[in-house]
Amino acid sequence: METTQENVVVENSHKKGIISFVTDVIRWNLTGGIGYQLYLCGLAAMVMLGIYAYSVQTNLGLSATNMSDIVSWGFYIGNFTFLVGVAAAAVMLILPAYMFKDRDLHKVVIIGEGVANGALVMCLLFITADLGGPLKLWHLIPGIGIFNWPSSLLTWDIIVLNGYLALNLLVPAYILYCQYNNREPDERKYRPFVFLSIFWAFSIHLVTAFLYQGLPARPFWNNPLMGPRFLASAFAAGPALITVVLVIVHTATTFKIEKETFNKLRLIIVISAIINLIMLFSEIFKEFYLPTHHSLPAIYLYFGLKGSSALVPWIWTAISLNLLGTLTLIWNPGKNNPKVLFPACILLFVGIWIEKGMGLIVPGLVPSPLGEVIDYAPSWVEVCVALGILAVGMLVVTALIKPALIIEQRFEKGKASR
Amino acid sequence: MDPLKNSDCQKQKADYQPQGKQCGRREFLKGAARVAAMGGAAMLTGCGTDMFGSKEERSLRFKEYFKKNYRLMTQEEKEQTVRRLERLAKIRNKVDVQMSTKEPIEGVLFGYAFNVTRCEGFMECVAACVKENNLDRKSNTQYIRIFEMEHGQMSPEAGDGKYFHQVPVEDHFYMGVQCFHCESAPCIKACPTKATWKEPDGIVVVDYDWCIGCRYCMAACPYYGRRFNWNDPVVPKEEMTKKQHYLGNRMRAKGQMEKCTFCVQRSREGRLPACVEACPTGSRVFGNLLDPKSEIRFVLKHKKVFRFKEDLGTDPKFWYFID
Repeated sequence: METTQENVVVENSHKKGIISFVTDVIRWNLTGGIGYQLYLCGLAAMVMLGIYAYSVQTNLGLSATNMSDIVSWGFYIGNFTFLVGVAAAAVMLILPAYMFKDRDLHKVVIIGEGVANGALVMCLLFITADLGGPLKLWHLIPGIGIFNWPSSLLTWDIIVLNGYLALNLLVPAYILYCQYNNREPDERKYRPFVFLSIFWAFSIHLVTAFLYQGLPARPFWNNPLMGPRFLASAFAAGPALITVVLVIVHTATTFKIEKETFNKLRLIIVISAIINLIMLFSEIFKEFYLPTHHSLPAIYLYFGLKGSSALVPWIWTAISLNLLGTLTLIWNPGKNNPKVLFPACILLFVGIWIEKGMGLIVPGLVPSPLGEVIDYAPSWVEVCVALGILAVGMLVVTALIKPALIIEQRFEKGKASR
Repeated sequence: MDPLKNSDCQKQKADYQPQGKQCGRREFLKGAARVAAMGGAAMLTGCGTDMFGSKEERSLRFKEYFKKNYRLMTQEEKEQTVRRLERLAKIRNKVDVQMSTKEPIEGVLFGYAFNVTRCEGFMECVAACVKENNLDRKSNTQYIRIFEMEHGQMSPEAGDGKYFHQVPVEDHFYMGVQCFHCESAPCIKACPTKATWKEPDGIVVVDYDWCIGCRYCMAACPYYGRRFNWNDPVVPKEEMTKKQHYLGNRMRAKGQMEKCTFCVQRSREGRLPACVEACPTGSRVFGNLLDPKSEIRFVLKHKKVFRFKEDLGTDPKFWYFID
């Protein structure tokens, strides 16, 4: 069998082996049309901007941000929380693709995994950017430092995020390496890890929710619905982002995606978005039917409190975008036309980004435990660092997806001619 | 003064004699460091020029960077880090500080009580605390908050924590809030590196140098008891309290968490915390909860006391009482 496969790939004269795999991946990533080169340059410029802003932050301390003793977490942690959801959402492709052997989704699962890895890298960078002493991160390493596990939920989060990143790099890397060598990947070898990564995907988002949910000091977060709602919103926002990436791949490359794939993604998004909206309604009902002291953060978020109302326009925009995106995807006017799905998914994605980012973190901290209300908006440093991290994430996604698609296409071609 | 301190000084001198001999080279090294600084500055815009000190400073800072969590240090290691920090304070800020690592006294559990009836909101306690604990003057960090409240309510949430007028105001009363040194403190559970813990005498402390600055403890604290160093703290040399404790009022740096320590540098020497000493109305009571004859035990026994947000189960060692 090995020899017949070797014979088939006559047109691909590339050498096998890990070294040629790595060099080919790098080569494919660096070559491309003028548009692609410009795209890379644009991202590089954004990364430079981020590095500059971060250097300002290192110099001045976190006072370069608009955070304070009251709003002690802001834009960074908001983005982190949202992106954990995006990363977790790859499971919505992995589950049907590997478990139920769904062929349409199997074809794009690698893209989902690429997006998840990009999101995870961004998560870790956002956490690091938020730290007061990033150089002291070694204090967390068991053995030379102290890892307060299982007491601190933050240590759980560190484990699940890094574990999920490892799983999501290893399984696709193995599959792609086999395909690169024109071998059918051995399912018995990677299936246990796929199982593990499905379990793990739920855990990363639940653990991140528990990080907040476990704090009685913050009534807005101390809410048992938070974990499930994180999952629902993530399974809407994540596949929405994957759809956006697929539309880009579909229009910008030779890799074509079938309408049925878009349809399946759309259904996943719609169901999750509806569950998310039901839970949102349940939360709003609880906060406003008989408002207590513990409803003050929600009042601050939706209507403003003591003259501060910085979040009010944002949350209503978020809810409108959420509803509009969900309704468009339910109604499906373009019959899964990428041109209609694209804006609808972006609407939903942005809606959930606002709601699960700033709309979740800031009201948890305002009013302060002593009842003080202040407004918060990110400083230019925070925005620029975030842009830089976003660019790194996009670079990671590109660097993973581009070679993956080339390898998959070659493999399929080789299989067809066999 | 006392013999212990004298021997410390001698030890310090002995420690630094070898470096003294290199004084001739120091000029050269300074120049070299300056060149390196200029070259490196372009690359390390963010790190600032204080990256490049003298050779001695760099060596001290190198050792400081790799030191252990305070609780894992042997007594000898504690002494060493304290000597290093004293020397660094001398080199960098030209101040002579005396830093202690005094352990908790056995049979002591500190507790605090606040007389809501007596306090008139003068905020002498706040000023004394800022001075004693070397709190950042730039961002105006304060451990103690005093809330002016109207009658008919008993939670600072309903009061005014930013009043700026002549006190006391009629029909108002005042309530002070600071770290309550909870017996089951949420902040301790939250910390991912065990940089904050409860000492045997009940004081919740932070190992500033071990803290990575994630601020999860801050989110976990229901009392707004913790403060973060958003910038490098600034304390004028002449106003600095030089008698310091490793877990107490020594200088912090940017990116580190800090909090009230019941003035560990004073309380473990048998003195009252600065806020208690400064209070002109005698509203503040501090003492050993394990000593039946202490004033705090008297208050707990004979006054009607209550604690803030008792429903959260944090078990603060800070009581309010009404005369």
